[in-house]
Amino acid sequence: MSSTELGTRPGGGMFAFVQRWISAIVVAPSFAASLFFVYGFILWTLYMSFSNSRMLPSYQFAGLDGYRKMIEASRFSVSFENLFIFGGLFIVVAMVLGCLLAVLLDQRIRAEGVLRTIYLYPMAISFIVTGVAWKWILTPDIGIERFMHEMGFANFRFDWIQDTDMVIYTLVIAAVWQASGFVMAMVLAALRGVDQEIIKAAYLDGASLPRIYLGIIIPSVRPVFVSAFVILMHLAVKSFDLVVALTNGGPGFQSSLPANFMYEMTFRRNQINVGSASAIFMLGIVIAIIVPYLYSELRERKR
Amino acid sequence: MSELANLPGTGGRGHAIGRFVIYAVLILFAFYFLAPLGIMVSTSLKTLAETRTQSLISLPREISFDAWKTAWDSACIGVDCRGLAPYFKNSLLLVVPAVTISSLLGALNGFALTKFRFRGANVIFAMMLFGSFIPFQVVILPMAQTLGKLGLTGDNSTYGLIFVHIVYGLAFTTLFFRNYYVSVPDELVKAATIDGAGFFTIFWRIMLPISPPIIVVTVIWQFTQIWNDFLFGATFTSGPQQPLTVALNNLVNTSTGVKMYNVDMAGAIIAALPTLLVYIIAGKYFVRGLTAGSVKG
Amino acid sequence: MSFMRTSAFVGAAFAVSLMATSALTTVAHAEPTVEVLHYWTSGGEAKAAAELKSEFEAAGGKWVDSPVAGGGGDAQATVLRSRVLAGDPPSAVQIKGPNIADWAEQGALADLNSVADAEGWDKLLPPQIQKIVKYDGKYVAVPVNIHRVDWIWANPEVLKKAGVDSVPNTWDGLFAAADKIKAAGFIPFAHGGQDWQDATVLETIILGVGGADFFNKALGDLDEASLKSDTMKKAFTYFRKFQGYVDDGASGRDWNLATAMVMNGKAGMQIMGDWAKGEFFAAGKKAGTDFLCVPTPSEHGYILNSDSIAMFKVKGDDKVEGQKVLAKLIMGEKFQEIFNLYKGSIPARIGVPRDKFDSCAIKSMDDLDTASKGGTLVGSVAHEILQAGAVRGAFLDVATEFFNSSMSADDAVAKLAEEMENAKD
Repeated sequence: MSSTELGTRPGGGMFAFVQRWISAIVVAPSFAASLFFVYGFILWTLYMSFSNSRMLPSYQFAGLDGYRKMIEASRFSVSFENLFIFGGLFIVVAMVLGCLLAVLLDQRIRAEGVLRTIYLYPMAISFIVTGVAWKWILTPDIGIERFMHEMGFANFRFDWIQDTDMVIYTLVIAAVWQASGFVMAMVLAALRGVDQEIIKAAYLDGASLPRIYLGIIIPSVRPVFVSAFVILMHLAVKSFDLVVALTNGGPGFQSSLPANFMYEMTFRRNQINVGSASAIFMLGIVIAIIVPYLYSELRERKR
Repeated sequence: MSELANLPGTGGRGHAIGRFVIYAVLILFAFYFLAPLGIMVSTSLKTLAETRTQSLISLPREISFDAWKTAWDSACIGVDCRGLAPYFKNSLLLVVPAVTISSLLGALNGFALTKFRFRGANVIFAMMLFGSFIPFQVVILPMAQTLGKLGLTGDNSTYGLIFVHIVYGLAFTTLFFRNYYVSVPDELVKAATIDGAGFFTIFWRIMLPISPPIIVVTVIWQFTQIWNDFLFGATFTSGPQQPLTVALNNLVNTSTGVKMYNVDMAGAIIAALPTLLVYIIAGKYFVRGLTAGSVKG
Repeated sequence: MSFMRTSAFVGAAFAVSLMATSALTTVAHAEPTVEVLHYWTSGGEAKAAAELKSEFEAAGGKWVDSPVAGGGGDAQATVLRSRVLAGDPPSAVQIKGPNIADWAEQGALADLNSVADAEGWDKLLPPQIQKIVKYDGKYVAVPVNIHRVDWIWANPEVLKKAGVDSVPNTWDGLFAAADKIKAAGFIPFAHGGQDWQDATVLETIILGVGGADFFNKALGDLDEASLKSDTMKKAFTYFRKFQGYVDDGASGRDWNLATAMVMNGKAGMQIMGDWAKGEFFAAGKKAGTDFLCVPTPSEHGYILNSDSIAMFKVKGDDKVEGQKVLAKLIMGEKFQEIFNLYKGSIPARIGVPRDKFDSCAIKSMDDLDTASKGGTLVGSVAHEILQAGAVRGAFLDVATEFFNSSMSADDAVAKLAEEMENAKD
């Protein structure tokens, strides 16, 4: 921690004080903003979840009423179950696909630049823009199913978006489409940073290409997977536009996610306390996953 | 560059088949990634009559750019029939200061947290980072109250929106710069300190010149996030100050009106063009920037 | 706590510096000004709103447009809440039904009685509409239109090919006709499986099966016995039957695509409010020959849906004056005529000339009159007239869950009673 002392210089008075604390002073406004606009607002939401707030925020305490109503709503359990199915699948598929594309692109591919851009571009566009196109693709009588029928495959069926049990997987398809290019970029970047000498040595030892990737290269870029996991998880928990654009939560409310539940309750159904309760619940999930990550991340850095 | 394919002994027939499979897989996925955009472009080039009679994902029979022109300067959005053009300007005026300020603050924070470490720097960083995980729907109501107290509503609502984007962009910009600067040798800064340079001199003269890769990453990230934002834009701006995404949403959504899919699609592509261009032009640097250590790996 | 204070200070300082960089060129305007927050953002709706704007400007006012679309007002509801919390509400806002009373209860709405008395609104508005736009004896909102929800839109060609002479006026007859249409190779009912569309069909069935008094008692008063009654079970049984006449692709379909199916001769009928008319007209179809409009089976019932503009309490003489001018214009014969011609609905006030309206609109006006006098007029739940917010949401939830599962009618009524009761308090 030698760098702690870097700012210290001989001298006295105000100038020395500023010099000594300059970096803390620089960070202070951002930190203060974070305290107020993140932690302050979380506390406010926590309070709201225990209040009797309906249409507008109210500061009258109502105990666990909001939580009780939340648990009784059938939308709630569907939304949170969906988060685990959707989040889990989305993260795994996007990681595997991103990784696969990165490894393939790493094989001295012609037109790598073009392909890379094609894989990456969905990250640049929001679902407000692509939502309608996605909906068409997935809707049987206008999308892929009809296309395949016209191609002569009369028995082809792809009607997940209308199937209460399968609809959640259509969200995964669109979400993977958006994020796997980003994973690809991160993994590709990491692959390019791997020491070539080690690989050559392994190769000369007679190791096959897949073994080199699985045994040496992939493990050596392990940290990038952790970063990708965190970014994907943050996208999964925040997923909102995706649902609104693709299914609007339907059929029924089978494809609703927690962010949609929270929004629906708070802004549409005049139940701010219930909405706040679900927000606290969501934050709880995030904390359970993120805090261990942050802890290990920063402890590692201290070495 | 990993040059495995170049290693001796990978040639021959097996090699050729392998190459074929690799290309086939890559091209197959290229179709998956291009499909939605392709459908949008194809629909935007149709006439309104064709969108009603033909299959929605078929190719246009004759190409017409009318929908593009309509979406740009004559489609009605609310009672205002000037198309998306005025909102395009709103978004530009919003995104430039928001990206600049949040990136600059992120760079300063990253520098301070790595090279002039103070006690508790890690905890402070961790706490700030957590801010990026908060679902934005949660902050709408308290933020509205706060902006009201700060007077950043009504005619000042653009400034309010810039402020909101800066506040919630800080977690990411700080993360990017911190992780980049952590890999810069401390000696560089130490030497400059001994020469008598202060915090800002070192930041300006030494750190910024070596930062372009991470600046590209941060700017692309922030630009995309802010340009694509709908929730904050819709909630915290009023009327003529609305950003492009809100206008687009107004254009394509109608509860009980007639749908003009070709205009909707043209409008959607127009709204996406700036971020698309940024990714196409700067995408290469984006990957390079990630390589340069923005993401730990 | 010191952190809180510091950050508030930093925030304020930041705000000040931001404002300093902006050239504050706002000059006080003496002209009447309104900011209108609405979701009539495109197509015929936008044209209708533009009509109001030009009239307002002709009256010397300044119109600030704040359109926010999305899901029948979801996004707009968010914006409205934020603006009210920020202490900067828009002066005129498109809100519906009981939402008006809810905002009035919060003390957020302005009193329009001075305009209403001068213009004699009490004589111009039907009592059902007065009930919506008045709170505590004061006018707080202005109605712009009346939509009828319980319509069947039918394709006469398809009916003819299926051997159906006319659209029957009982539900059993309707289902018999649906069988014929199905046998002839068409889809009997074009439907979009979205929660509000499911609820729209369900409420027309409830009205048809139980009548207006039952409808009000069950869905209005949330009377548990009525909600769990055999009549309600019968309604759900019919709803299930209706489902059998819908194609597999209905789920998630937008209502306008369902209308297109009727138009293109793929399907025979659609149950939808009168905004569907706009789709037919846009495609150059004529009422009576290219498409038919027939009320869903019920005893002279009429399910009403009405849009209105509520005026929020604002500061500044120009804004208050703007609200008064706007309120007067909205109630004017000229605006009510033009707006409703664009929108497919009928005027909310009495005394607008009928000659420019199409045959479906005329029928809607006549039936409204009959229903209003006979006490068979009800407010729509699906469209937020009889219920709003959580209770309406619960109705939608149960309707759509029933439609998308194999739930029995017995379970459905139990669930309906439970969820609506839960949402009430």
